[in-house]
Amino acid sequence: MNLDLRLPMGLMFAIFGAMLTLYGLGSGDAIYARSLGINVNLWWGLVLLAFGLVMLALVSRARAKRRGRPDAVP
Amino acid sequence: MQQIRLGAIDYAILIVYFAFVLGIGWTLRRYVRSSADFFLSGRSIPTWIAGLAFLSANLGAQEVIGMAASGAKYGMMTSHFYWVGAIPAMVFVGIFMMPFYYGSRARSVPEYLRLRFDEKTRGLNAITFAVMTVFSSGISMYALAKLLELVLGWSFHTSVVLSAVIVLVYIFLGGLTSAIYNEVLQFFLIVLGFLPLVLLGLKDVGGWAGLTAKLETVATSAGYSAGAWSDSWRHLGSASANPMGVEWFGMVMGLGFVLSFGYWCTDFLVIQRAMAAESMLAARRTPLLAAIPKMLFPALVIVPGMIAIALHSSRGGLLPLGSDGTPNYNLAVPVLLAHYLPSGLLGLGLTALMASFMSGMAGNVTAFNTVWTYDIYQSYIRPGQTDRHYLRMGHAATVLGIVLSVAAAYATTRFNNIMDMLQLVFAFVNAPLFATFLLGMFWRRATGHGAFFGLLIGTAAAATHHGLVLPHGATPGLKGGFLGTVLHTYPSEMAQNFWTAIFAWSACFTATILISLLTRRNKSDDELRGLVYAVTPRGTDRELAWYQRPATLGGVVLGLTLLLNVIFW
Repeated sequence: MNLDLRLPMGLMFAIFGAMLTLYGLGSGDAIYARSLGINVNLWWGLVLLAFGLVMLALVSRARAKRRGRPDAVP
Repeated sequence: MQQIRLGAIDYAILIVYFAFVLGIGWTLRRYVRSSADFFLSGRSIPTWIAGLAFLSANLGAQEVIGMAASGAKYGMMTSHFYWVGAIPAMVFVGIFMMPFYYGSRARSVPEYLRLRFDEKTRGLNAITFAVMTVFSSGISMYALAKLLELVLGWSFHTSVVLSAVIVLVYIFLGGLTSAIYNEVLQFFLIVLGFLPLVLLGLKDVGGWAGLTAKLETVATSAGYSAGAWSDSWRHLGSASANPMGVEWFGMVMGLGFVLSFGYWCTDFLVIQRAMAAESMLAARRTPLLAAIPKMLFPALVIVPGMIAIALHSSRGGLLPLGSDGTPNYNLAVPVLLAHYLPSGLLGLGLTALMASFMSGMAGNVTAFNTVWTYDIYQSYIRPGQTDRHYLRMGHAATVLGIVLSVAAAYATTRFNNIMDMLQLVFAFVNAPLFATFLLGMFWRRATGHGAFFGLLIGTAAAATHHGLVLPHGATPGLKGGFLGTVLHTYPSEMAQNFWTAIFAWSACFTATILISLLTRRNKSDDELRGLVYAVTPRGTDRELAWYQRPATLGGVVLGLTLLLNVIFW
């Protein structure tokens, strides 16, 4: 297909991850009483960010491959 | 329940998600040039995308809300919907049926029926399917709007219009490809949005061991033995030993064989995703690949329900009570979302919930516009037009499908009984279908008359059985027994449904065979090439290494499923 789905997917999860990580860093401990005292926004934000970046890395590797430069890694 | 207050970050996440959904539709619009692009994605979807879409099209409201509700109500036995029901059926369709669906080049399941049997069988299937999908999509929309009204205090109209417009725009622009791409996006969102909820819930109740310990109290206080909520097979010996009220035979035959195979092997909603795959091999691997995440889904959708009921009993009244004093099981997921997730992740969880409803709706709408355009409009209303004409009709049918869904959603708010009645009728229509396909694909002697009248007799058998039996404690009417006499009382509605399916399937199977033997064949062996097992050349897998063959993959999937059944016995 003409649009690599991993591109919008990687972007979306990277954005979600960044949003949650930043929000997790900025928000006080009070709101985490319900999540058993864990700053879930920070930690899950980092998970989403990593997932998104892996997707984006796969996209750029596939592009490099198509251009005949398999060694190109972002 | 207390309404959830969303923060700015939660709305921001929701808006980013909507922007991506619409953006994908907008980007894909350039690639839609012919009706095959619009309805079949030009048969160019890679396996992993088709596989996840195959899974996600079905991951609607019913699965996320309904399976959690069943998890709370019946416990671990709900896993049979996956490990006895869905997975074996998905393996079967991938290995044995996909060669005929994909190989026949039919553009839809009803079209396969025309190629294999005759026009009237196709017409019957196309029309019932079109009506059914519109109503399912409407029910999905209704459920979403009701839930958001209750949980967030949004007005019913806002939610209906918002979800309808978004689904309409992205399907209108990008057709099936857009629906499939968004389904994959939704799949990851649902997994990544609900996983933190499950992890937090399990940590809170003390892991799996803590959960089973708490569920023992739930089971014993309901009058069952201690493991009734946390074992899947152990209490299936008799119907009175488990909360579902089903014994093993009804479970395996009714749910496992008839209902699940009937759904996964014949419902165009899911088959369409595999038909859009880029090659025969990709099409066959689509359901097999989908089966791998599917077998892990109980952790994501059933366990939250089990956690909710465990907390409900051990910490007192987590779930709101309904008017009859029993907990409102349907609220298990929203209640847990509000209970564990702080602003931020809460937005992600709610977005995932909305995504699941929208993927269910979109799946129905894309199946509807295809069946409407190819099997009804092109066949009976305006045959022989240009491809451009049918592409335009596809766009119009998308709008029509959405408008009818909205109408169905509003009809549900006014006449709850009509919806229950329709769902009942659909169950009667669906239950015998698998017999027709099984005979059609594996017995060349099956004739058009046999298939058509077999289906009608199967449906009639389902209605008759339902009309003569009642679930325990119900009064005659929609729940059954409407034919005047009640011959048998089942311990539960679930048991009644399973047995209705078994009767319908057996009646259709026998009637199709008898009528086929009494009528003349209407298709020669030549015409059936590619449609029926016995006259289709085989051996295409030979050039693949053993580990690349669909049969190997299917075997691995079944082995893992067996293992899960044993672990949670």
